[in-house]
Amino acid sequence: MATRVGAPVVEARELEGEVRLQGLTRRFGEVVALQDVALRIAPREVVAVVGPSGCGKSTLLELVCGLQEPSDGTVHAGRAVLMPQRDLLLPWLDARDNAALPLRLAGTNKSDARAQAHALLTELGLDGFEASRTWELSGGMRQRVAVARTLLSGAPILCLDEPFGALDAITRADAQTWLSAILHRTPRTVLLVTHDVEEAAVLADRVLVLSPRPGRIVADLAVDLPRTATGRDPTDARVVAVRARALEALRGAMA
Amino acid sequence: MLAALVVIALLGGWEAYARLGSIDDFILPAPDQVAASLWEDRGLLWDNLLVTAQEVVLGLALALAAGALLALALHRFGPLRRAVYPLLVGTQAIPIVTIAPLLAAWFGYGLLPKLVIVALVCFFPIVVTTLDGLAAVDPEQHKLLRSLGASRAQTFRWVEAPAALPAALSGAKIAVAVGGIAAVFAEYAGSEKGLGHLLLQSIPQLETARAWAAVTVLAALAICCFALLALAERRLAPWAHRKDPDA
Ligand SMILES: Nc1ncnc2c1ncn2[C@@H]1O[C@H](COP(=O)(O)OP(=O)(O)O)[C@@H](O)[C@H]1O
Ligand SMILES: [Mg+2]
Repeated sequence: MATRVGAPVVEARELEGEVRLQGLTRRFGEVVALQDVALRIAPREVVAVVGPSGCGKSTLLELVCGLQEPSDGTVHAGRAVLMPQRDLLLPWLDARDNAALPLRLAGTNKSDARAQAHALLTELGLDGFEASRTWELSGGMRQRVAVARTLLSGAPILCLDEPFGALDAITRADAQTWLSAILHRTPRTVLLVTHDVEEAAVLADRVLVLSPRPGRIVADLAVDLPRTATGRDPTDARVVAVRARALEALRGAMA
Repeated sequence: MLAALVVIALLGGWEAYARLGSIDDFILPAPDQVAASLWEDRGLLWDNLLVTAQEVVLGLALALAAGALLALALHRFGPLRRAVYPLLVGTQAIPIVTIAPLLAAWFGYGLLPKLVIVALVCFFPIVVTTLDGLAAVDPEQHKLLRSLGASRAQTFRWVEAPAALPAALSGAKIAVAVGGIAAVFAEYAGSEKGLGHLLLQSIPQLETARAWAAVTVLAALAICCFALLALAERRLAPWAHRKDPDA
């Protein structure tokens, strides 16, 4: 990373969004979940991780977030926040207070936290639902609230674990659009686990393909297309090409 | 509606049995005699109800506070739980009649020993359900809070306490039924007032209808407390009976 004289503060911020993994291995007793993973993610880069189930994707995210210790190797990353596979909204809080949770945990007072949460929920198309109880929200709405909660943590690195895995196809396409919009407006470093190579090709700058357990990086594909405010068109020939390459790498790894 | 029909059927059967059967009025009065006593002795019953209700309600409140606190402590400290839980179960096997005189000797004949006895009987189901409620918190939830940088106290404030609340209240609902009986036994051990005291006086005086009237009032007290707790649960923890797609 080039040193920019005269802008030390900006550079420090940028570095917080960087992720560097070296020789990363994670064992659970006899089981080797991840083996010798080396990876560098630049600030504001969106990296998708695909791989067969049980290959260590969730483990990788938890290592980056500091929720687990590596068995071997090192993790260098700024503050990273996990969005777990399930939304884990708290049923005793309404939509707005769920989104505002990280702000409250960071000491922001109630009304400021709520105002920020309200603004973000509105941006995510949940205007009018901020006082809804969690059980009144549809799956797609719950996921928006969970993403809002993750964003409001203010962390420079977001680790999203199959965020849209449980959504139906139409809701999912919609979710990809609003996630693109939000990342376009407030860029962050994102590690996005998905089981859908198309989602990876639509949203990410890079697609990492992991092998079956023990998980290793078998392909690191650059998507040489700018990200847009609405997400890439899944029918764009170049997106289709990336998708095909990722699928091929995945098949190769499984064989 | 259905409950009313069941009550009417039961009362009808009871009335028929008491009148037509060979059972003496002094052993089982008919419902109409009990009803007559309820009316005639209403002043007496009301005064004694106030005493017992106070014992039950305050005892239950004490049990809720102590039970929830103990459950949190046991939840936090695994070794403590393993050491103390069996002991707790053991305390529930002690018949109240054996410790009531001891408590009377320690705390006198006023309100305090009654509160302690009611609380002793009520706090166990509260501890059990609260512990279950705390244990039912999704481990992933803890992971999420850790990821957001929450401290232990914050995890308690935002996750554990709200999860424990409906659990403690449903424990209290279980406890309230035995709480009335506990108050009666506590009054047996020495008291000047209360429905238990009234029972104790009425039976040797062969005022059986009055004794049954006192029992009826006691049952009504339990039902009221139960209903109030159910209402509190719905008010304070509306999520507890919702099927969350994610929960
Ligand atoms: N806490 C744990 N204890 C034991 N084994 C675990 C634990 N977490 C994950 N594993 C194992 O590690 C492997 C990778 O898990 P995970 O990262 O959840 O996979 P993925 O998210 O790719 O489906 C799996 O085989 C899983 O059984
Ligand atoms: Mg996973």
